[in-house]
Amino acid sequence: MRRLVFLLALAFAAPLTAQTALPPAPYANQQLADPAQERKAHELMLTIRCVTCQSQSIADSDASMAADLRSEIRVRIAAGEQPEQIRAWLIERYGDWISYRPTAEPITWPLWAAPILLLAGGGVLVLGRIRRRRRNA
Amino acid sequence: MIAELGLAALWLAAGLALLQLVLAALGLGRARAELLSGVRPVAVAQAALCALSFAALIALFLRSDMSVLLVAMNSHSAKPWLYKFAGTWGNHEGSMLLWVTVMGLAGALVALLERTLKRATHMATLGAQAAISLGFYAFLLFASNPFARLDPAAPDGQGLNPLLQDPGLAFHPPTLYLGYVGLSVAFSFAVGALLTRTVDAAFARAMRPWVLGAWVLLTIGITAGSYWAYYELGWGGWWFWDPVENASLMPWLAATALLHSVTVLATRDALRAWTVMLAVVAFSMSMVGTFLVRSGILTSVHAFAVDPERGSFILVLLLLYIGGALALFGLRVGTVREGRQFEAVSREALLVVNNLLLTVILGVVLVGTLYPLMAEAFGHKISVGPPYFNAVAGPLALALMLAMAVGPLVRWRRDEPGVVAGRLLWPAGVMIGMAAALGVAAWGRIGVLPYLGLVVAAGVALASLIPLTKRNLRRTPLFTYGMVLAHLGCAVSLGGMAAESAFTTERLVAMKPGESVEAAGWRIRFDRAMPLAGPNWVAMQADMAASRGGEDIMLHPQSRFFSSPPTTTSESAILTRWDGQLYVVLGEALDDGRWQMRIWWKPFVTLIWLGGLMIAAGGALTLIGRERRGWMLKLRRRNAEQPA
Repeated sequence: MRRLVFLLALAFAAPLTAQTALPPAPYANQQLADPAQERKAHELMLTIRCVTCQSQSIADSDASMAADLRSEIRVRIAAGEQPEQIRAWLIERYGDWISYRPTAEPITWPLWAAPILLLAGGGVLVLGRIRRRRRNA
Repeated sequence: MIAELGLAALWLAAGLALLQLVLAALGLGRARAELLSGVRPVAVAQAALCALSFAALIALFLRSDMSVLLVAMNSHSAKPWLYKFAGTWGNHEGSMLLWVTVMGLAGALVALLERTLKRATHMATLGAQAAISLGFYAFLLFASNPFARLDPAAPDGQGLNPLLQDPGLAFHPPTLYLGYVGLSVAFSFAVGALLTRTVDAAFARAMRPWVLGAWVLLTIGITAGSYWAYYELGWGGWWFWDPVENASLMPWLAATALLHSVTVLATRDALRAWTVMLAVVAFSMSMVGTFLVRSGILTSVHAFAVDPERGSFILVLLLLYIGGALALFGLRVGTVREGRQFEAVSREALLVVNNLLLTVILGVVLVGTLYPLMAEAFGHKISVGPPYFNAVAGPLALALMLAMAVGPLVRWRRDEPGVVAGRLLWPAGVMIGMAAALGVAAWGRIGVLPYLGLVVAAGVALASLIPLTKRNLRRTPLFTYGMVLAHLGCAVSLGGMAAESAFTTERLVAMKPGESVEAAGWRIRFDRAMPLAGPNWVAMQADMAASRGGEDIMLHPQSRFFSSPPTTTSESAILTRWDGQLYVVLGEALDDGRWQMRIWWKPFVTLIWLGGLMIAAGGALTLIGRERRGWMLKLRRRNAEQPA
């Protein structure tokens, strides 16, 4: 039992000291009182990449960087900023990489055009086939 | 000794794969039929040796033999035996050995069980299977030897990533690999049929069970993986559009399209070239997925191997096989006779729509997954994540669901638009009713996609049952039940996804022992947090009581600390009810004695995975139904030939 307590102390001491060393992010794990604002903030968080994690949004991460950004977003939303303003600010600060929604232009134009082109191309192929076949029949 | 035995078996298996390829090539090329009789036994022996090699690696992991580099890097003597066992494939080399083992076993099954293919096509298929295996044997032996020794032996291992230390690891990768690699059989069939110019309905009937089997396993693998991520990562997400998830989704999308086009080819002898193309694409997607994961080119939680040399090796294999198959396709597509014609309003036409939509979704997922790489080549570092995939693949998937609802209600060859519309009256009515009711109840509170998802799920669920009406249910073939179950499963899964997205309640709180919190009709009381020791971890475990009017139900979320390697994981406590799941996670302790808690009520979230299992079960029923019909026909023919 003593050994266990020691190990636990080891396990939990590190994050605690790390936390007290920095000013705590007040809204990292605390929701906004207004449900509409909280929803706005949460929807934005889902689209912001946690840059220190691997393929996780800041809404799904325990990393301290994600916690800080969650708090930042909630504070800004509570102050009346719009989600897209906050996204623009984040992109300015961290680069395009932080936004899971590709916004950089014009490099992302082909990305958004791809589904339309694929659908149109495939559709033309299919329609052409059916029509041609009907003429043959 | 065991390591050397395993390595020797692997070399022998590789040698036999080469022999298998040479026998098939010479036998077919020079028409020396006597050589062909050796192909099947060699295929079986190759599989047995490869399985032996894999068994040796399992034994090394179970015995924690730290003189083997791979074991020392990825295992630890204090791990429970299940994770020593499953840890065999929780790393790069082991998972690639599992890959070739499955490929060898699939080849052996084709050698032993396949009876309907023409002999030449059968032999060409086995030759192609050997050719693919050979590349992966080379990859293992030259670039990822799992049996490399470590001298001197390590005192103990470095341990397995704690996120992977879960029963899910014993189940998820093998199932997924069986599916991934099962598609290699479809690929080899396609190559075999192109080489011997036998792309026809009989070929499609022979290929169908293999495609179905691989698809069922892929479905189970993806469903299990999604649930695993959901409970293990501790944030309640079940799909992240992570590159590695996309890598498993892409073969599934291609296999789903293939499954439907192969049915058109088997039933109506149409879509010949397209079906062969899809068979090539499906396994190519498996290989592309493996390349993305194994090369570590797209880093994510799953990429435990970051090694550019290996990446280039797989890239070369990839180009060789995909390029080779496409070149063969280009050369031979002219000799594939045009299939039969079909009308605009016919089941064939709707299956073509299904194939078109699935292919476009596949294209979108592929482009979205690779786009950050391409952008980086031009000096831009961008992310393509859920907002893109949901916005683009979501509407396409909904359209696909509608086509799926209509398809089975349309006759083969041709049908009357008015009659088809009549069959769709009830589902359309349900959708309008659902749209109106939801619009009144929740307008403005839920997103457009979840709203449409719920509406479409309701209509499709009803429509998927219509093929069972107005017919004798006892005489309805098993494969019709299978189709109905799988399509219903799609609606159920979609309903779960939409309900979860639309109606989840999230509560993030900091609680002192003794305090309670309300969430979506639940009252959750935090009693205490106590230390706890497991076999290779220590944890803080919370005692919590949840109730919804009735009795208290105890929940025990944990925060676990693993020492080798040092990592903290959250073990969420999940309470399943018929109408959803309560998901509770214990976070960090605060300075003032309070604990962070994350609590979600996720209405009908379980339907996501229930639907996935229904889809897989439907596929299995169809497989059994088709095979049974095949045996019945054969029996009847035999009885007719031999009058009693």
